[in-house]
Amino acid sequence: MGSYILRRLLIALPSLLGISVVLFTVLALAPGDPFGELALNPNVPAEVREQLRKSFGLDDPGWQRYFRWLAAMLRGDWGFSFISRVNVDTLILQRVPVTLAVIGASQLLALAIALPVGILSAAKPYSWFDRIASTLAFIGFSLPTFFTGLLLILLFSIKLDWLPFVYRADISETGWRWWWEHLRQSLMPVFVLGLFQGASWTRYVRSAVLDVIRLDYVTTARSKGLAERVILLKHVVRNALIPVVTLVALQMPAVFGGAIVTEQIFRIPGIGSLLIDAILRNDTPVIMAVTFVFSCLVIVFNLIADLLYGWLDPRISYR
Amino acid sequence: MAVVCLVVLGLMVAAVAFGPLLWRHSIEDIDFTARLATPSAAHPLGTDDLGRDILARVLYGGRISLAVGMAAMLMAIFVGVLIGAVAGISRGWVDTALMWLTDLFLSLPQLPLLLIVIYLFRDTLKGAFGVEVGTFILIVAVIGGFRWMPVARLVRAQFFSLREKEFVEAARALGASVPRQVVRHILPNSLGPVIVAGTIDVAAAIIAESTLSFLGLGFPPDIPTWGRILYDAKDYLDIAPHWALFPGLAIFLAVLTINFIGDGLRDALDPRRVM
Repeated sequence: MGSYILRRLLIALPSLLGISVVLFTVLALAPGDPFGELALNPNVPAEVREQLRKSFGLDDPGWQRYFRWLAAMLRGDWGFSFISRVNVDTLILQRVPVTLAVIGASQLLALAIALPVGILSAAKPYSWFDRIASTLAFIGFSLPTFFTGLLLILLFSIKLDWLPFVYRADISETGWRWWWEHLRQSLMPVFVLGLFQGASWTRYVRSAVLDVIRLDYVTTARSKGLAERVILLKHVVRNALIPVVTLVALQMPAVFGGAIVTEQIFRIPGIGSLLIDAILRNDTPVIMAVTFVFSCLVIVFNLIADLLYGWLDPRISYR
Repeated sequence: MAVVCLVVLGLMVAAVAFGPLLWRHSIEDIDFTARLATPSAAHPLGTDDLGRDILARVLYGGRISLAVGMAAMLMAIFVGVLIGAVAGISRGWVDTALMWLTDLFLSLPQLPLLLIVIYLFRDTLKGAFGVEVGTFILIVAVIGGFRWMPVARLVRAQFFSLREKEFVEAARALGASVPRQVVRHILPNSLGPVIVAGTIDVAAAIIAESTLSFLGLGFPPDIPTWGRILYDAKDYLDIAPHWALFPGLAIFLAVLTINFIGDGLRDALDPRRVM
């Protein structure tokens, strides 16, 4: 298992470097100049702008800038935001916990929905439970997250006024009330993300369990007289989870995309909304750093999925 | 079920294609006396905050959203089949290199890069091709550019299994060159899963385009794609919910029917039916 982990890590690092190259190339090729706004300022003469460009190293060839940026990132110096005038890593560290909390909770919700519903649907295929669950799953992943978010806001915040729809990170209450207020305001974003993911995962879990449940060893277990529930939990689920884990990991990039949209709707101060603000204000260091953080998170989750895959199916890690 | 959805989707496409010819309200007609009106006989879906008719805007936006969906799907399929075929028919380092490229693209965070590329290159393309066509090309290229990977993998897997079949060997024995083997024999037989993936791609592309418009980074503000209408409507939810409801329902219906059709196609083409 140790060598398997090592091999997976060795594959993950070049992917990360590859992503950083793609990212840097995109930003380097783009038109637009971070000092474009200064150009409009009559108080800043042209020579001063040239000096600023040279001092920031914007005139050097692309590959030099790339390696300088890479070295700086690895050292922990993530640059200085053009707009917010704070260090980029401070900005990101402020916002990452919120995003991770919302995404984490929504994934847990999605799993809590998809696993039981998918397994039960597959245990009794084409029964009324299965048909209703499949139809609801279809409806669930055909509804775009922004539409569901707007509908939920309409229902719960405007008509019923049960939940606040603007997320506030600085809640003044303490103790029990603090947790309660946080729960109330995160309920809708977590629901929106979790339901969308849960709907598509239900279909995957169902088809994965259906594939396993017809295999010979399940029939053997049944003929041995084991209870159906034991068969399901100990034999079927463990083997059916293998493709599901892979699919969950491959969908991680999409989850972060969904989180960006949800953060815009509910005004959650996470890294998704930081990215959009930075894009709209042409704040290049923040854009680079946030996209890099997203890529790292994706690769970390792929790595976790590979490790889980190796643990669930011992045949993989001995190759 | 799938047939029903095919009919519904056909109706939607017809409505979007011919609707603006029959429904004579312009999308630009500003009428301040009828701001935020709820649905009525004169305006079946109501009006927005500038008094523009929502039905007309939804129909016009439908053309664009569906066109973007189809075009992005075609592009994704074209690139995916190309790369998958080349990887599938060759062995050795070409295959490994193409697969590494595919994995790299799969690990890229989609939405952030989509946003960045569109924001950065929007003006260049607008200058080169004109506002609407330029944005259309950019959005189709970017959305399609992120969806070719699963298609490439599918095609490659199909190629691996079909490459060793007897009819391909027979063609080889008859002296067929490799390109001819691929185009005439292997490719037509590998397109089954690709068609299914293609239909799912249309739905995903429609959602992607709507998401981009909803975040304000899609088509220019005067073009009423469904996502853009939602972007305008989201601040008026408490006083005019009908404004956001109808484009959202349109997106939902289009995506739902396409998903059902794709599922039906998959059931039809998949030999392993559950009994």
